[in-house]
Amino acid sequence: MAKLESSSKQMDDLFDQRNMDWYFDKLVQMIVFISGISAIIFVVGIFVFVTVEGMGFLLEGFSFTEVFGSEYWEPSDEDDPEYGMLALIAGTASVTGLAMLIAIPFSLGAAIYIAEFSTGKTREYLKVLVELLAAIPSVVWGFIGLSIMNPLIIETFDVPVGLSVLNAGIILGLMAAPIMTSIAEDALKAVPDRYREAAEALGATRWQVIYKTVLPAAKNGLLGAILLGVGRGFGETMAVLMATGHSVNIPGSVFDSVRALTATIAAELGETAVGSEHYQVLFSIGIFLFLITFIINLTADLIVRGIKNQ
Amino acid sequence: MVEKTVVDTEFDRVVKAQKCKIEVNDLTISYAGKAALSDVSLKIYENEIFGIIGPANAGKTSFLKSLNLMNTFDANMKVEGDIRFNNRDIHQLRNVYALRSRIGVVFPLPVGLPLTIYENVALSPRLRGIKDKTSLDQIVERCLQRAALWDEVKDRLNSLGSLLSGGQQQRLTIARALSQEPEVLMLDEFSIAVDPVTTMRIEDVLKELKHEMTIILVTNLVQQAHRLADRTAFFLDGKCIEIGDTEALFNGEVKDPLTLDYIEGRFG
Repeated sequence: MAKLESSSKQMDDLFDQRNMDWYFDKLVQMIVFISGISAIIFVVGIFVFVTVEGMGFLLEGFSFTEVFGSEYWEPSDEDDPEYGMLALIAGTASVTGLAMLIAIPFSLGAAIYIAEFSTGKTREYLKVLVELLAAIPSVVWGFIGLSIMNPLIIETFDVPVGLSVLNAGIILGLMAAPIMTSIAEDALKAVPDRYREAAEALGATRWQVIYKTVLPAAKNGLLGAILLGVGRGFGETMAVLMATGHSVNIPGSVFDSVRALTATIAAELGETAVGSEHYQVLFSIGIFLFLITFIINLTADLIVRGIKNQ
Repeated sequence: MVEKTVVDTEFDRVVKAQKCKIEVNDLTISYAGKAALSDVSLKIYENEIFGIIGPANAGKTSFLKSLNLMNTFDANMKVEGDIRFNNRDIHQLRNVYALRSRIGVVFPLPVGLPLTIYENVALSPRLRGIKDKTSLDQIVERCLQRAALWDEVKDRLNSLGSLLSGGQQQRLTIARALSQEPEVLMLDEFSIAVDPVTTMRIEDVLKELKHEMTIILVTNLVQQAHRLADRTAFFLDGKCIEIGDTEALFNGEVKDPLTLDYIEGRFG
């Protein structure tokens, strides 16, 4: 009887003791919580920083018609600087648009080949190669644009300058394609094999299986891959700076030189006085880019949710 | 003994009158060198329900897969031997898709394709090139009705097939197989995910369908084979132990005592 009492007393003591496991568990929870919450803090922090730096211009010198209606980007004019972003927006949009025209069919095709048709060794090699391509630094792509594509375009199309929408679009398309391929391939691989078997059992050919069942089943992931590519196009700076020709211009054809929003920030921020109007305008371009990416991501999210709720 | 001979000859007579739909000779299937089925030879006749019973790993599913050349999915799966469909060697066919489109398959676990209910059933007719909306509507309605699913889904044909319950998805799969207007319908343990009431409804449907097509029914429910099959084969460990008239087998007229042990549930 006495023994029983003492053992139950020991039990009670254990209920009140916090051992190493308990403290370790709390520690891990804390670390994970901080890591998770820091993502939010950083995003908000960056947004606040960019907004604060650019706010001065947005509140005082900002004129909607000038910024979005004028194609004259003349920030260094000492008497009457003009900040028309229309040409810069047109530059970014045209380069990104052309890049997507190239990258979307290219990357979807590559993803379908890797995920659905290739087997064994071929497939392993291809996957490694695609990931290797995705890891090439953007300045190397810019270099290719400058030293290989430029003379090639001049010679092939007999134009005076090879640094143009075409050049940057191709370079950006090739740059975005590997990562898009990789994500799209993951999306296709996530489609269970039983769908393929069921469709083939119906007598569908390989292409019919892909077109009728695999692509519809993977459409969310594929859309994600495409939007990632669009985001990459908007955000890319170095390669675009080197391959577009960097001249402010609303392009009339793919052979015109343009300047992108991102490249403008990269090229001019170092030359401006901190806190000056020009400096603030560059930051307001940052806000604009931030908003565009936010809208792209939000749209993607809404589309994906819409598909889910159907 | 005398009785048995009578049954056999009468059975033979009936069988000879029927057209041979599928003929398999010396079929051996192996996965990465490991045999799953060895030296199976059998004939399946038109408009019969051919039951295949046997425990797990008997090679039943591999047998079905080899019949519509589903082995192309699995690089490890090797099929040797002669398979004839309508007296054509299926390994010599130049268009496998045409063969597959004439064989309907129902898998053990339902596979609702990620399409709407309507599109699940309309897929096969569309693949055949039927575009006319009214014809498609008719096919979808008829197939869903025959699979005993129409009443439950007629108001929501445009919702996703994968959102249906397990039993409904299995009937959707059957409707999809029927939409192929197949000559042969292969069912691989179709009732695993289906409740008993629905199972009985599907079994009634199968009895009707027999008049239009040949049905191969793989089942691990011995009584299901008894209820449905005209002839039954017993597979065990990759071998076809016995093939016979279902009634005769269940009356104990077996050539191999193992078959009777399995039928009567005395199996270790």
